[in-house]
Amino acid sequence: MHDMTMAQQAALLASGELTSADLVEHYLARIEQHDARLNAYLAVDAEGARLAAAEADKRLQRGEAGPLTGIPIAHKDIFCTTDMATTCGSRMLENYVSPYAATVVDKLQAAGMVTLGKANMDEFAMGSSNENSYFGAVANPWQENRVPGGSSGGSAAIVAARLASAATGTDTGGSIRQPAAFCGITGIKPTYGRVSRYGMVAFASSLDQGGPLAQTAEDCALMLQAMAGHDVRDSTSSVLKVPDFSESLNENLAGLRIGIPDEYFAQGLDSDVGDCVNEALSVLESAGAILKRISLPNQNLCIPAYYIIAPAEASSNLSRFDGVRFGHRCENPQDIDDLYTRSRGEGFGPEVKRRILIGAYALSAGYYDAYYKKAQQVRQLVSDDFTSAFAEVDVIAGPTTPTTAFERGAKSDDPVAMYLNDLFTVSANLSGLPAISAPCGFADGLPVGLQLSASVNQEARLLNVVHRYQGLTDWHRRMPDAVA
Amino acid sequence: MLLTPDDIKQIAHLARLGIEEAALDHLAADLSTMLDLVEQLQAVDTEGVEPMAHPANASLLMRDDIVTESDQRDVLQAPAPALQDGYFLVPRVIE
Amino acid sequence: MTWETVIGLEIHAQLATRSKIFSASSTAFGAEPNTQASAVDLGLPGVLPVVNRDVVRMAVRFALATDASITRRSVFARKNYFYPDLPKGYQISQMAFPIVGPGRISLTLPDGEEKIIGLTRAHLEEDAGKSVHDLFDGYTGIDLNRAGTPLLEIVSEPDMRSAAEAVAYARYMHSLVRYIDICDGNMQEGSFRCDANVSIRQSGSNTLGTRTEIKNLNSFRFLERAIEFEIERQIDIVESGATVVQETRLYDADRDETRSMRSKEEANDYRYFPDPDLPPLVIDDDFIDAVRSTMPELPAARRARFVEQLALPPADAQALCADRQTADYFEAVFENHSFAPRLAANWVLGELFARMNKENIPLAASPVSSAQLGRLIERVDDGTLSGKLGKQVFDALWSGEQDVDAIIDSRGLKQISDTGAIDTMIDAVMADNPTQVAEYRAGKEKLLSFFVGAVMKASRGKANPAQLNQLLRERLKG
Repeated sequence: MHDMTMAQQAALLASGELTSADLVEHYLARIEQHDARLNAYLAVDAEGARLAAAEADKRLQRGEAGPLTGIPIAHKDIFCTTDMATTCGSRMLENYVSPYAATVVDKLQAAGMVTLGKANMDEFAMGSSNENSYFGAVANPWQENRVPGGSSGGSAAIVAARLASAATGTDTGGSIRQPAAFCGITGIKPTYGRVSRYGMVAFASSLDQGGPLAQTAEDCALMLQAMAGHDVRDSTSSVLKVPDFSESLNENLAGLRIGIPDEYFAQGLDSDVGDCVNEALSVLESAGAILKRISLPNQNLCIPAYYIIAPAEASSNLSRFDGVRFGHRCENPQDIDDLYTRSRGEGFGPEVKRRILIGAYALSAGYYDAYYKKAQQVRQLVSDDFTSAFAEVDVIAGPTTPTTAFERGAKSDDPVAMYLNDLFTVSANLSGLPAISAPCGFADGLPVGLQLSASVNQEARLLNVVHRYQGLTDWHRRMPDAVA
Repeated sequence: MLLTPDDIKQIAHLARLGIEEAALDHLAADLSTMLDLVEQLQAVDTEGVEPMAHPANASLLMRDDIVTESDQRDVLQAPAPALQDGYFLVPRVIE
Repeated sequence: MTWETVIGLEIHAQLATRSKIFSASSTAFGAEPNTQASAVDLGLPGVLPVVNRDVVRMAVRFALATDASITRRSVFARKNYFYPDLPKGYQISQMAFPIVGPGRISLTLPDGEEKIIGLTRAHLEEDAGKSVHDLFDGYTGIDLNRAGTPLLEIVSEPDMRSAAEAVAYARYMHSLVRYIDICDGNMQEGSFRCDANVSIRQSGSNTLGTRTEIKNLNSFRFLERAIEFEIERQIDIVESGATVVQETRLYDADRDETRSMRSKEEANDYRYFPDPDLPPLVIDDDFIDAVRSTMPELPAARRARFVEQLALPPADAQALCADRQTADYFEAVFENHSFAPRLAANWVLGELFARMNKENIPLAASPVSSAQLGRLIERVDDGTLSGKLGKQVFDALWSGEQDVDAIIDSRGLKQISDTGAIDTMIDAVMADNPTQVAEYRAGKEKLLSFFVGAVMKASRGKANPAQLNQLLRERLKG
């Protein structure tokens, strides 16, 4: 039953041909079988999942179920849960059980979804390979010596290995889309503000956005529907009415204007990846879309601006981890500064430390204007590029990542090389735009991701384009042999 | 190299981040590389460009002045490493 | 050499909301530790701030009351520093774009002179929690009930030239924030706290000297003493040839001195930046108009009206407008009555205030209501009561009796204004004191008061004094 999409499972649950209990047991068995190798789960709550499944089955029988009732999922371990620890992949929060649940967790639970467990991730969502988890790296199910991407690497590996029907993720600079691309699945970063950030441990507040990772655009549409909506606990959450994402999935692509930025096909793009993406664009063209070359002139400034803004916000967001009210506290602190310094020194891993330091530096007296303010101005320029582009095209297409999944350890000593993974993804976060990654082929046995972005609040359009594309291709149906 | 080990020490103190002495050189090198990466921003003409702090141009949503929280001390303090009589405890802070 | 003192004040006024600035926890004072600290106040992982609309309204009220500009797009910023009672490791405040821009107030100095004091800005911020150092051996206890309490920090220009002026300014602000219902002004509970920036310079100089900041002055007396001490200290330093160090100092009330707060002054680098959790706070005309429509008449305008329309002496108007409750009470006293407001002012500032001071009772707890006092004054004004009898009725009201006319009736306090009745009493008194009558008629007119007293005594105080005087003069002429 793991070879079905979530939508297919939902149909069988609704018709009574399948029970949530069956699904949960099936996935628990698969986790038992495969996750020792993958390390994609940080926690599995078998008992809780069984109870929730039984509850879901009752609702299904009584005809009180919604479209997602009984579907088993995993939550990225950045979403606060009250029944399992929320570690953020960090020693700082080892064994931390949140006294409250994230809005996303509450909403998906209210929709009847069953939580199997918590997904591994880069520490505090900082990373592009999942090698920064205090609880160990995650293997890419396609080739286990490769990284699954990050920071939502556990979530992507879980969906790719069919260890849950879908998973939640967060995307600050590409953390949903890049691992989705590396693992051959579909993941969407919604418009900033579409999904509440309440209870989602903050990395960079003006860039963070939660979203689903699933096999298909159709599945993403179902899950995003349940995740999205205004939250009075999040001042940045959008008050706009959430459209019905499933309703528009089948709209015709005839006349759709797709912008192809020259800049995406220049710097550092692996040619195999470029070939797959071009092939995908031809498919879309054959479906009636019009391809148009465009330019995003400040594209080369996205990474530098991002690597000031994100660490600056993170340096402040992570100050609350001080060993006083929760989280890791060092042994026998001598005085208050010792308590802070050692608790934080011991609790945070190397990448988190690097980013806190660079962020604190960029905000410090004498450097603010040169770094932080400058980066914010560049952010405006990047955003303006998209505004101009979307005056001419409906969506922008390109590769999600410059390369396919790289080998574990290959870039762990070179932070800057690691950052270049985000080359094509950070601009959507800087601008607050929605963007999706969908599988569009393979290079040397590794999945390649096609990225599409659109103007704000146009998630429905992105899901529609990918859904039509997935009707014409079967890349999203492929499954790694090792977990078939 | 843009940052020296002494710079790192100073920033680490600002961020109350314990760094082992032996790691300072390596961190200085890493952070300098990161600064090299962002250095190209300096060449961009941003004269008159409004800094963008938030992606949405939305204005702030506000709440009504209503107390809806009740005493949840036991639950909220459950993760605390050191407590006494309802207080969080830290080493004596000298005023 | 003569020295000029330059003083600017920073006042933290706790805004009188029910819930906190960024969370829905109560702001009530005095709860058990950490029982009013929610997940948001504790800064737990994943929580987010949501601004309390009334906090914004109150800041706008303040701007309207101080002739200040309202920033249409103000920005919350994070001030980053580590301290155990600062849960998030940053305080949400406002830096580059405060909600209230430059304003000004007109201060009446003790000598009666008016002086304009400039306001630099006022911004919204959250309070920190409380560190308790004396409860646990070797440990500091942290209580975060106060964390997130809304504050308006009001920053003045360095326009004050003496401790007395600084106190007058602080009192003005203390009165104003209560007047416009944005702060309860309770200094013991820390609802209204002052920091003073003090420097000296040679008289006539235009440059500012090095200033020190004196923290947490929680009474007007301490504010005055601390500034006076600090002025002396700075003059001593400069006259001895040394220089004043820019630093933060704490006033020690027990020793009546200021002392440096930190042994080693650590340069703070707060790394302010716009809070990414809070988009800019946009205030439009509708919001401002709605606030404006709920504004009370401000003290200055009310004072002027009392002088011009009610014909009160300026000093009385000033005293009555010191706080809104007094002015409201005063206006309620003569509302629905025809007597001159001047009479109401006399009674409020005289009998009522004297009694309140004597028994140390605030107006809110006065046993005499404005309606009762109004009725009492009416009975004086219509001749039913003499002023002296009126005071007896006031005493009865103060001790809890309710109805003015019932008091007059039951005690037979009604003034005797019947000429015949008074004449009869005069006859009796003159008959009893023939010697004094003769002396008076021989020119010893001082004896009039003797006769007034005697007749008044015979009437048991109820004779109409004016009538009595007139009748006595006529009858004593012979």
